[in-house]
Amino acid sequence: MLDLRLYMLQRLTALIMAPLVIGHIAVMIYAVQGGLTVDEILARTQGSVAWFLFYGSFVVAVSIHGSIGLRVISFEWFGLNGRALQLFSWAVFALLFGLGAKAVYAVTFAGVGL
Amino acid sequence: MANETQTMTQTMTVSIWRENGDDGRFEKYEVPARENQTVLDVVAYVQQHIDPTLSYRFACRVGMCGSCAMMVNGSPRWTCRTHVSKVVADDQLEVAPLRNLPVIKDLATDMDPFFEKWVAAEAVFHPSKTRHDPMAAITPDDPMRIAASEAIECINCAVCYAACDVVESNPDYFGPAALNRSWSLVNDIRDDGQDVRLAAVGSNGGCHNCHSQQGCVQYCPNELNPTLSIAGLKRETTKALFRRSR
Amino acid sequence: MIRPHRTHPLWFAFLLHRLSGLGLALFLPIHFYMLSLAISAPARLDGFLRFTDLTIVKLAEYGLVFLLAAHLFGGLRLMALEFLPWSPHQKTMAALAVAFAFLVSTLFFLKAI
Repeated sequence: MLDLRLYMLQRLTALIMAPLVIGHIAVMIYAVQGGLTVDEILARTQGSVAWFLFYGSFVVAVSIHGSIGLRVISFEWFGLNGRALQLFSWAVFALLFGLGAKAVYAVTFAGVGL
Repeated sequence: MANETQTMTQTMTVSIWRENGDDGRFEKYEVPARENQTVLDVVAYVQQHIDPTLSYRFACRVGMCGSCAMMVNGSPRWTCRTHVSKVVADDQLEVAPLRNLPVIKDLATDMDPFFEKWVAAEAVFHPSKTRHDPMAAITPDDPMRIAASEAIECINCAVCYAACDVVESNPDYFGPAALNRSWSLVNDIRDDGQDVRLAAVGSNGGCHNCHSQQGCVQYCPNELNPTLSIAGLKRETTKALFRRSR
Repeated sequence: MIRPHRTHPLWFAFLLHRLSGLGLALFLPIHFYMLSLAISAPARLDGFLRFTDLTIVKLAEYGLVFLLAAHLFGGLRLMALEFLPWSPHQKTMAALAVAFAFLVSTLFFLKAI
């Protein structure tokens, strides 16, 4: 049920995310020391074009990658098929992208320049 | 005859799948526990001495034809090449028909879906020459020929097909054997059907469904590597995609 | 419990990859929602972040970082399998992926507590 197109999207987003995940884990290891606060997070990311691009591309990639992955699982393990499978896949994509975009905006440019 | 007297007091229980219509279940049989016997020997003993209605397949009985493939204690194996002593646990043995195939009767499965997928995956040779053309000049050390030869010893026993969980969960998936042969033909420069083949293996039931669990590699009695072949198909279809978009 | 034909290392590597991906996919919406509170309800997010100082939560984060690292390294293993020439060391690569994931996530946990 994975054809060439979905397969390539899955692999391409995986390649894109490899350095992003490594970067994210590095930031986590750095930032978690001494506890996390909102101010600490925002001090790093607020108003930053670089972090916007970093996490923005991460959200785009993971929305595609995660929705294709869940598509395969729901088909192989839960027997979802046809129309229902299509709806489910797009719903997962919309959820991840929607919430992800909101999160990226919240920590970068929300409340800046107001 | 002497053998039978020696071991007549020792028996073991073998559970064999019986099915004739909708009534599939395991039935137990007591068989002699001989020092040196294969699972095929045990199945044959049951049919010859206990229950003549048991249906099963075999042919060469020496590990060359692949006809006797069955599930032995949950793993797909050639029964003629499986020593009972190596797989028996607590004097118990369980023999069932190959997984992922419809059952005709008892231990005999319907191989039609397996071969239909073989054809659908274009694992068939497309000739490009006639008898009037010169023979293709292929040297044994040609890398493509080596790749083709490494994948070519498949005898269609369906053990890999039975081992594969993607085959189980995806009815459209061609499976390791068909895709392995397709890869072998991708490397055959005499074949004229590469476009059709790549389209087939890049389709809904094609190579991109493989999750590289490598159960096929684990169980192939001829030590073939369908996962390697399928990875090759993934590369070829990817290359074709970029060639097309030029 | 696990069907006999599945009890080989590379099947477990597949299972780890699938379950880690599933776990991460289920975690992400919560993660995204919490982060969006940074602008809509920062005090609530701060309260939640203080809650995450608990060791039990740090252990859960340890697990999550392991899932992420395992999925990353496992994914790199798969793409090497598919796009690079075949390696006869498949089990070694699978083991290394788990080992690196364990190293990275343990580093995170030790820095976190």
